[in-house]
Formats: sequence, structure tokens, C-alpha cells
Amino acid sequence: MNPVSEFRQFALLQQTRRAFLGRASQGVGMLALASLIHPTLLRAATAQAASKKDKWTGVVNPPHFPPKVRRIIWLSMAGGPSHLETFDPKPKLAEMDGKPMPESMTKGKQLAQLQGKELLCYGPQLKFRKFGKSGAEICELFEHIGSVVDDICIIRSMTTEAINHDPAHMFMNTGSQIAGRPSMGAWVVYGLGSDAEELPGFVVLTSLGKGGQNQPIAARQWASAFLPSRFQGVHLRGKGDPVLYLGAPPGVTREQQHDVVKAVNAINSKYDAVVDDPEISTRIAQYEMAFKMQASVPELIDTRKEPQHILDLYGGKPGDGSFASNCLLARRLAERGVRFIQLYHKDWDHHGGVKEGITLKAQEVDRACMALITDLKQRGMLADTLIVWAGEFGRTPMSQGGDGRDHHNAGFSIWLCGGGIKSGLIYGATDELGYTAVEDPVDVHDLHATMLRLLGIEHTRLTVKFQGLDARLTNVSGKVIDGILA
Amino acid sequence: MCRNLGTALSVPAIISAAVAATAAQKISYNRDIRPVLSDNCFFCHGPDQNKRKGKLRLDVREEAIAKLAIVPGKPDESKLIQRIFTTDTDDLMPPPESHKTLTPEQKQLFRRWIAQGAEYQKHWAYVPPVKPSVPTGRNGIDFLVQKRLKEIGLQPSPEADRRTLARRLCFDLIGLPPKPEEVAAFQEDKSPEAYARLVENLLASPHYGERMAIGWLDVVRFADTIGYHSDNPRNIWPYRDYVIRSFNENKRFDQFTREQLAGDLLSNSGLEQKVGSAFNRLLLTTEEGGAQPKDYEARMLTDRVRAVGTVWLGQTIGCAQCHDHKFDPITSRDFYSLGAFFADIKEPIIGRREDGMLVPDQKQAAELAKLDSEVTRLQREYEAPRPELAERWEKAALEAIAAETNWTLLAPEKMISEAGVKLTVGEDRIISTEKDPKDGKDTYRITVKTNWNSVVGFRLEALSAAKLPGHGPGRAGDGNFILTEFSVEDANGQQEGKNGWAIKGVTGVEQAIYFAVKEPMVNEGESSVTFVIQQTGGGNQVLGRFRLAATTNPSAVRAPKTALPRPEIVELLKVAAKERTEDQKQKLAAYQRSAAPELIDERHRVADATKARTDFEAAVPHCLVSVAADEPRTVRTLPRGNWMIESGEIMQPALPAYLTTSARHAHDRRLNRLDLAEWIVSRENPLTARVFVNRLWKQFFGTGLSKVLDDFGMQGEPPVNPELLDWLACEFMDSGWDVKHLVRLIVNSHAYKQVSTASKQLQTRDPYNRELARQSRWRIEAELVRDNALSIAGLLVPKIGGPSVKPYQPDGYWENLNFPTRTYEADRGESQYRRGLYTWWQRSFLHPSLLAFDAPSREECTAERNRSNIPQQALALLNDPTYVEAARALAARILTEGGGDTTVRIKWAWQQALSRAPRADEMSTVHALLDKHLAEYRQDTQAAESLLKVGLSPASKDLDPAELAAWTNVARVILNLHETITRS
Repeated sequence: MNPVSEFRQFALLQQTRRAFLGRASQGVGMLALASLIHPTLLRAATAQAASKKDKWTGVVNPPHFPPKVRRIIWLSMAGGPSHLETFDPKPKLAEMDGKPMPESMTKGKQLAQLQGKELLCYGPQLKFRKFGKSGAEICELFEHIGSVVDDICIIRSMTTEAINHDPAHMFMNTGSQIAGRPSMGAWVVYGLGSDAEELPGFVVLTSLGKGGQNQPIAARQWASAFLPSRFQGVHLRGKGDPVLYLGAPPGVTREQQHDVVKAVNAINSKYDAVVDDPEISTRIAQYEMAFKMQASVPELIDTRKEPQHILDLYGGKPGDGSFASNCLLARRLAERGVRFIQLYHKDWDHHGGVKEGITLKAQEVDRACMALITDLKQRGMLADTLIVWAGEFGRTPMSQGGDGRDHHNAGFSIWLCGGGIKSGLIYGATDELGYTAVEDPVDVHDLHATMLRLLGIEHTRLTVKFQGLDARLTNVSGKVIDGILA
Repeated sequence: MCRNLGTALSVPAIISAAVAATAAQKISYNRDIRPVLSDNCFFCHGPDQNKRKGKLRLDVREEAIAKLAIVPGKPDESKLIQRIFTTDTDDLMPPPESHKTLTPEQKQLFRRWIAQGAEYQKHWAYVPPVKPSVPTGRNGIDFLVQKRLKEIGLQPSPEADRRTLARRLCFDLIGLPPKPEEVAAFQEDKSPEAYARLVENLLASPHYGERMAIGWLDVVRFADTIGYHSDNPRNIWPYRDYVIRSFNENKRFDQFTREQLAGDLLSNSGLEQKVGSAFNRLLLTTEEGGAQPKDYEARMLTDRVRAVGTVWLGQTIGCAQCHDHKFDPITSRDFYSLGAFFADIKEPIIGRREDGMLVPDQKQAAELAKLDSEVTRLQREYEAPRPELAERWEKAALEAIAAETNWTLLAPEKMISEAGVKLTVGEDRIISTEKDPKDGKDTYRITVKTNWNSVVGFRLEALSAAKLPGHGPGRAGDGNFILTEFSVEDANGQQEGKNGWAIKGVTGVEQAIYFAVKEPMVNEGESSVTFVIQQTGGGNQVLGRFRLAATTNPSAVRAPKTALPRPEIVELLKVAAKERTEDQKQKLAAYQRSAAPELIDERHRVADATKARTDFEAAVPHCLVSVAADEPRTVRTLPRGNWMIESGEIMQPALPAYLTTSARHAHDRRLNRLDLAEWIVSRENPLTARVFVNRLWKQFFGTGLSKVLDDFGMQGEPPVNPELLDWLACEFMDSGWDVKHLVRLIVNSHAYKQVSTASKQLQTRDPYNRELARQSRWRIEAELVRDNALSIAGLLVPKIGGPSVKPYQPDGYWENLNFPTRTYEADRGESQYRRGLYTWWQRSFLHPSLLAFDAPSREECTAERNRSNIPQQALALLNDPTYVEAARALAARILTEGGGDTTVRIKWAWQQALSRAPRADEMSTVHALLDKHLAEYRQDTQAAESLLKVGLSPASKDLDPAELAAWTNVARVILNLHETITRS
């Protein structure tokens, strides 16, 4: 996207440390006063630049708040899960089944495919029951999530601005409906860096649902946009090279590949001595990193050595590319210090056949979600991990085509789990028909602000100059949802 | 505010602040004060009246004085000074909750500025540029660069060596590396004109336009796909070729601008101008179901306003979508009235783009003209008056009308399409379908109630309709259908009849087929029969509109001399021949021709010629272009950008008020896109020339004179050397917007020719090379990384233009695309080896090799690319089959063209890739690698073979596989070198 020149310069600065450190006592040509800065931050940047070679340690350093979590695993349920068949029981909607939706509720609200159609109530299609000590009432098909429901916090008052998939994904991931804004993972790694030594700080995994309603997802959903490219999400693929171009060419052994990399680096290093170009040492470091990734990534994705009981817990088969296998990979990525892990599971777009659709989705995600929580917990990692389960929007209480539901943005459900989150809590509520979030409504910016807060970042202070503005993930709004914080 | 980002980059600024503060010189509002005000104060005390606190605005001097914020000459009486120096956090400005703080130096600057009289200046970019005087005979660039260097005590660097200059010029002007012999010739040419001659040669190269296009295509967001959701293809590549052609022909930039914004409105608008107007169609669009038109109308308007802001004005006008601009004097009204210029563009708001205008090349245009005249000729022949035929037909038609009384139209009880297509019965018992069967075939089963006595025949009428392809009656593209079998089943499943029928060439008119039954069908009481109409020919050759009838009169069961005409024709025939109007006569004649069996050959010929024309047309490129609608869409201001609020004021197209004089606003007609274009390239507009020149500067120096290429507003960066920017802008306009003139000026300057290595002094004094006391060095653009490798390898196909191409791409990279799902098919043959700028630009999943090297997805206008240095670049260069194949091709060249022993070959390879001899360390490093890998591949020839198989081009059979494989790895080292991908 449109890069902010300042940024490029900042990236350059880390690379021009020789020039930079030699600067101190001398004058520099008269430049604009446009960006005077705070001396303590200058010191931090200098120290950072001089410290570990090319290791990005983030611009929020030290953090604005004591961090509650070190990493985020974001489970994107792409397509827009029906809250009415998952986490938001609505007996009143069952009573109203087939009756016209009260116009007072729908008037002036956005509609997607139901524009101009008759709006009839459509009762919940699946049974709900109470789980855990907290007695949270959720759809009985999600019994595994039910078994850990005391560890999670369900928000039933989520809202979003967009009502079609592409803009809604963009809004959920970047805080803006305009293409070309950095995704939340890129912001987080830009802000905090990553603990991962041989892996990118922001990793994305995708899986398809068996129902066939797989909405397209664009790479912009994990783009760095106007942040430097190093912060973009790296898509870890289920088929072929797990990272694009990771595999050495056929007929080239690992050792031979190393020979090539060593030769490139040796020549580059001598070239640096000739031209004194700071970009060269970065180039050398990137070749070393690339070569390491050629070993570390295949090791990461090879889950065959996981004990059988762990494989059973998740329920996937190594290499099957399922959501369950991706959840296991998410744990392995978390163990290796990756800061932001985003899983997409598609096929939640139930314009028709919502009952069968959700039943299938429950089979695909229910156990795996529980497994991820359980596994992280038994390793002591849940306390410093934030898991978010969210679609880009919910579904209408009105029926579409007699057995489905349309896109809906005025109220839906998500859940969170992990460090700093009040567990066993149900937060907020929609009205009695599940249309509008009426109690403690939460918007996407609030969710982002809360996520950043848990990482130790004040969301209004993680900014970047873009088109003259201090651009940030939460745009010009966002408030931390205090009610869900432990 | 959080300044941690600003941190590092502002180091030089701190020092310059110190310089400014100690120099006791006049404080400059534009240079010293406004940036600080803009950053820290304007958010609440600036142009946006909705956010204004305490009714105070500091961006207008009179208002600041009226509120006593500023008392000129008296800092201590000025509230501004009191509030920024106070220790009382309740009063402190900026308030602590804003997270913004002023440094002590900044506070002192304010104090001194007010003491000096608090003079304001108009923002630099809004003042029309004035050309500084330059001594005759001197290159203005060098004069002004050196003037400034002298002021700050720096010396220009010496000119780079010939090899560096040759490579620099080639990368900058044509984007391809020079051949070793070209470099050698240039080195040996001692003429003082040698350099200028090389420049002229490169400017005349057809690759110059390709090189120049890259940046332009970024800033206008050119891409092959629509962007949102399904991200489907659209026809747009002729615009890319238009851009290349325009730069090559040195089209004047003012004309280039007019054509893109309003090519369709120009008085001499031809194909070229219309293709240029594709600019207005480059935005993102959606096909997503459930998307609301009002929503996307607003998005598209915003997208276009942002584009004009970025491409020509260097203004972040997009910010004024929801509110008046926070920092610049751009109002929300400016935003929507600018958007209103584009309200006339004909386009679907939601859904698939149209195919667009035909863009034939000369040969295709000639062929189209030939095909057209053939159609016209045959049509004329066919339409020649034939009175005797007409008379005969009219007689037959009247007979047919009379015979019709023998027939009973059958009312279907049940209709089944085996392909699952919906069949409906309409007026007069006509059965029709709205959709094509899935695999192009279908069998209809039509059941009718019978209460007949002695039925002796059936009739199936195939009926035409305007909405069917070729006017039907079939659903195939030419209106044909093929009845493979027709049978009648009675209630007992007894079948009768087997027949086939097709009508190719006689489409678009009513016709009927008659079936006689062997024995009269007698049905006692209520029963039913089912007509089975089998149409298994494929290609949608199925009936689109038809009707069934039965008769008990044996004499009726034979085709009349002509089919029963359609009802309106029957009506016409009732009018006596003498009393028919001209119109009626023509209608009858047309119908008669179409129904006359005698004219079947003529009809065939017309149909074939028409089809040939249609088929040819489908193969001719199409391009989305601007077409002005008679009724422009209504544009309203949207409060807070909310498209659901439809009560905003209706806006007419208008030029931005803050940039125009009142004279520009007086018009007695609605302004159009051409008015906008004319203003954009008028002398009155202070921005366009500066913005373009600044972007161009970046192409040749790595950074703009103002480093923020897309924001010349308050939040941008004032140019380091304002005189130089203004001189270039004026020179550009004075030359008649001559881009090549500008390029020539730049590359012939000493500033351009300097070495790019920096002395220690320069590294320290000017680490980012803003002062131009040397050249800069950078990794070449994504497309050029590819072009360079293919060129060195000898694989590059240097063809200019054409449809976008698909280089190798990892399998499954498009797996997340849907509606429809898509498989990437890499091109074979020469399309595989084209330059990077021709790569298929899939916005949602840009080719990963381009993406790794910072090519933008072009979802937004991108004035400046990132220039990153990330592991993905190493992975792509090491492992992408494109680069592995290029390495193998280079290796083959080394072995066949590189001469004698290993040392000679390595030297040759270095000349190819780097235009120089290898250093000793390079020689020994790759020599060692070669020896080791050669030994290994001799041991494992299978491994060698598999390495050589990478890529579509076959490896030479004459070369020893082990040797070629080992040299391939040497070539991989060469293609991966930092120097290979660096312009210095």
C-alpha cells in the first residue's frame, strides 16, 4: 500500500546504524522541523538499533501497561456464524417463528440479501443447554466448548459496521472498511516485535469447511499495508511448500543450498566492505533467516511426532489441513514465540440450511477449540495467551429462503479466553429476538482496543503517520471493554 | 501523541531545530512553525469546525489574534505562549490526554516567532511555483543543488565511473541491464557526447515506456481484477499499453491527463483517448451478493476522489469524506463536489463489469471492417425486393391462418425439464424457459390432459423471442435448437414417433413441425399423454419458446406452405394491401423474407457472416472505458460518510474552493470531467507539476524532493530544496509538459551522475541523502528483479504490450479465491518469459514473487512503494522456478558462450550479470562451489537431471548434466547477489 516515508526511513535507520551512531555530535543539514521527537524514545531507538542485529523489538518498548498476554490466537470463523444456533439462546424467537419481524426492530437498519423481502422470524434451529459451573447456555452441539465454558467469556453483544463479507473481514482485521490498512497482526508485531527466532511474528492458517460455502479471503486480510513488509502475515499453507518458495529446488541438497547461501553471503559481505552499504548486512541476515526457515518450518508443521493422546485430543490427522490440525499448529507456533496467530475456518455462510450447516461446523470446530484451550492450559500457556473466536458478523433472526439466515451486523456472539479475561462470564445481550445488541454493546474497535490492552498497548498510542493522520488500528474510536477484564 | 515512530527518522530534524534556534535568524512560519502547529494543535484548533475547541483556530492569523492566542510582538501576553509553558496540567497545551508534547526547543521557537511579529505564510504547496532564475547555460538542477550545498557547507561528489553510469541509466530509463558489449563501447567512447548519446538511445528505446509505466500503474492502481470479494477479472490491459505508448511517444503530460480523466469527452476522441479514459474504471468493484448499491456508490466515489488527490494533486482529499480536513483547508463539500465529476460514468454499481469497448489493432480493425462490409453486402442481397415471392407467401399465410382452426392448443398439466430448468406456461399456452440447462442438454417432458376423440396429428411450434439468443427459438448462441427425438407416451407408457429437427440458419422466426400418428388416438374419458422432447445435442441447443397442438383433421397434418405467422403479422395481413402504410409494408416484407423457404441459402449466408463477425470480435481485445451517461447519478454529501443518511445536500461538480479563484466557479452549465482535467493542468493549479516532478525525482534519486509523495498538505514534508522543486515544476510546464525533456534534464545533471558511495562525512551529515551531495543506491523494483534475471539468462522475450501473462506460481496460491474457484494456469511458450510489468495483477493475491519485492496489490493508489529487505526475497530468488530456470539458462550460456576454462567462464558470467570482472574473493568463492558441486553431481547425476528439469524451457542435451547443474548453482549465486539486484 501507500507506504509512509517515515516508515521506510525508520526501517532504514535500523540499517544505517553506523551512520546513525556516528551522528551524535555533528550537525546535519537543515531539514524540516516536521517531526521533532521525544529524547527518551530516541535513546530507546538508538539502543535498539545497536542491540541485536536486525531483531525487531517493537515500537512499544517498554509496553504502556504490564502485559497480560504475550500472544494472540485469533480463530476467524469466516462467513458469519449464526449466533442464534451457537451462543445466543432466544426462546422468544422460537415463539415468534413464522411471524413478521417487528418493523420497529428492523427499520433503518442495513440488510444484505433480504433487501426488499418479507421479514419473517425464524426460530432457533438447534437446542441449547446449560454447561459448566457458570451455567452458560449454548447450543448443545458445542459440547466440547461447553466442557471448558468456565474458561471462556462469551460476548453476546458484538456489533460491526459492515454487512458483506469482504468489507466485514477488512473491518474486523484492519479496523477499516477501506482496502489498504494494516491488519491487526501486523500492528501487533510492529508494536511488540516477536519472540520467534526462526519464524515470522505473524502467521496465518486457513482451512476449508465441508459444507462448500467457502467465502473468498483476500491476502489483504493479513497485509502489512503501509507498515513495512516485514510485518505482514505469512500464510502457512496446508499443501505444497508450507511457506511460499520454502523448498530448495529439486536436485539441490540442503548442504548444497547452504553452499549457495554461504557463497552469496560471503560475496555480499566483501561487497559491503567496498561500497559500505548498510542494506547489505540486512540482506545477509535475511539469507541466514531464510535458510533457517527452510529447516524450522518443516519441523514446525510436522506433527507426526506429537503423542497420540494429543493428536486424539485435537482430532485431526497430521497433514490433513483441517481446522483441528491448524489448532495444533497454532499451539506449536505459540510455543515457538510467534506473536500473532490467525486461523481462518470458512464455510459459515448459511443463507440456506442453517441447521445442517451449523451441525457440520460444530463437528469441524467444537473439539478442536476445546483441545487448544485444554492443551495450552496443561502447558501453562493459557495464562499468557489470548484466544478470540469470532466471525465477521452474525446472522439475521429472520429467515432467508425458508431454512437459512442472512448476514447481520447489529448483534452477534463471539468468545474470548485466556490471560486477563474474566472466565465463565457472559457479557452483554441482544434483544429478545437476537436482533440488536442492547446490553453493553461492543464494537470492533472496542475489541481491538481490548486486545491491545491485554498485550500491554494503549490503543491510542500505537500510531503511524499515514496520509497526514496518526493512523491506528482503532481509527478514531475504541474503548477497552473493562467488564470482561479479570 | 505517540512519537515512537517518528523517533528515529527525526534525528536530523532535531539537529536542524537546534541550528535554527541558535542561528537567531528569522523564524519561518512555513518551515518552523506550521509543521509543529499542524502536528500538535490543528486537530482541535484547525480547519475542521466540528472538532474545534473553544472556538479557537490557530490556522488563520486574524482569528488567533482576535482570541488573543497570539499578540504579535508580545509573547508574554499571548495566551498560546502561556498555555504551552504552564506547569498547570489543567491549562497545559497540548493537553496531556492528547499524548502530544512540545519540546523545549519548539516552545522557544513559538516565543521567538511571536516576538518577531508572528507572521503567517500561505502553505508552500498552495502558492503557484515561481521559477528561480538560473544563469544561462547552466543546468538548473546543478545550479540549485550546488547553491544549497554551499549554504550548508557540503561539496558535491565526483562523477561515477562509466560502468556504473551505464548500469544506472539502463535501470532507470529502460529497466533492463546493459549488455557487456554496450558497457564496453560506452567505456571506450571518449567523445564528450558519449553520455548524452547513450541517454538519447535509451530514451528512444521502446523499453523506456515500460520502465516509466511501472510507477504510473502503481499510482493509478492498475490491476487485472476487480479487487473485492470474488476478485474476478475485467478487461483493462489495453490501458496498460496505452500508458507505455504514451511515455514512448512522449505524449505531453497535460494531454495524458486530459485523456485519462476525460478522453471520451474530447472533441477529437478516438480509440486512443477512449482507452486512456479507462483510468476512471481502475477502481475496486464488487460482485458480492447482498452488497448495497448506495454503499458501493459511496465507496466508488471516495475511491475516485482519493485517486485524483494522489495522482495529480498530492492531497489527502479522502480525509474529507466524513468531515472537513483536520489539517488542510479541504472541506467536505470539496470532497463531494469533486466526486460529482465522476457521477456521469456509466457502470454497474454492483456486479460484473461489462466487456467494454473493442480495441482492435490495425490488422484487427481492417478485418472487422471487412467482416462488417460482408455482412452488409449479404444483408442487402437478402433484403432485395422479391414481389412474386411476397405474393406467393401472402397467399400461403392466409391459407395457414385458415387451417389454424383445425388445431387445438394443448394446455400443459405438468412440465419437467430433466436438467432441472424451470419451464413456465404463458399466454396462448406458450412454454418458455429462462435459463440454460447445466450441461447444455435437456429433455422436456410435457404432460397434457386428454379428452380426445380421434387425434391424428400433433404440431410442435418453435417460437422466436427477442430475449433469446439470436432471437431464438433455441437457446444456443445463434438461436438454434436440435430436437434429437420427439415422442408421445400415453398413460400406459406406449411410445410413438421418433424424429429429429434442427433449424440452423432459419432462426428468429416461427416454425413448426407436424407429426402424424399411425392410428387415430382415441382416449375415452380423462387421460393424459406425455410429449418427450429430447434435445441432447449439447451447447444449449434446446427450445427456448414453444407450443404444442393437436388436430383431428387428417388434412391439417402436413406442413402448410408457410408457418402460421405470429399474431401481429396476422393482424397486418387483415389490412388490404393497398391500404398498408410504409411501415406495415416493411414489417410484412421482413417477416416474409425470414419465413420464405426459398431464401434459406441467403439467410444462411447472412447468419454465417454475422457469426464470423461475432466470433472474430470475441477474440479482439476489449477495454473498460468511460462512457458518459445522459443523467448523472445524484451525489449528496454524506454526513460522517454514512451512506445510509440520504438527506445530505445535493452536490454539483465543482473544483476545490481552496485551490481556485472565484472566476473558476462561475459557470452556466454543469462542469464535467474535461473541465476538471483542464483545471488540473492549468497554470492556476499550483500542485500538479510539483507532484509529478517530485515523483519522477524519486525514480532517479530514490527519494522525492519532498519525501512524502502523496501529501503536499500541512502534514506532508516541505521540500528540502523548494527552489529546485519549483524550478523543475516551472520548467516542466514551460516545456509544454514534456516528460522526456524533464527526464533528459535530470539524467544529464551532475547531481544525477555523482557516485552513490558516501564519504564518512556525508554518511554522518546527510545519512538519507536529502541534500544530493551524492547519488543513492537501492534494490531495484520487483518487476525489474525479474526482468534483470531473465535478461542476463537470455530468456527474456522483449515483446511490448498485450494481454497480461502468467509466470510460474506455486500451486494452490489461489485456493482462497471463490465465486468461482480458480486454478492458476501458468503460461507456456513466450508468454512465460515476459517482463514483470505484464504479470497478471490479481489484487487479492498478487503474484508472490512480485509481492515479496514490494510490488503493491494496487487496491489503493500507491505513490511510493515500500523498499523492504525480508527473508521472502531470499526464498523467491533462491527457489522460485523462474529464478532457478534463469540460473540454468545462464549456466548454459556460460558453458556455450563463455569460452575456455573455468576462470574465463566465471569472468564472462560476471560481465553478463554485473558488467565487470570478478574480484579475487568472488572468483575463489564460486570456483570452490563449482568444484564441490560438480563432484557431487557427478556422483548423483539423477539429482543433476532433476535440477535441470525446472522450468518449461528444455535444457540443452549437448551439455553434460552434472556440469550444467553445478554451473546452475554458480549462476544462482550470481542472481542472488545484492549487487545484481541493486542500482547504484
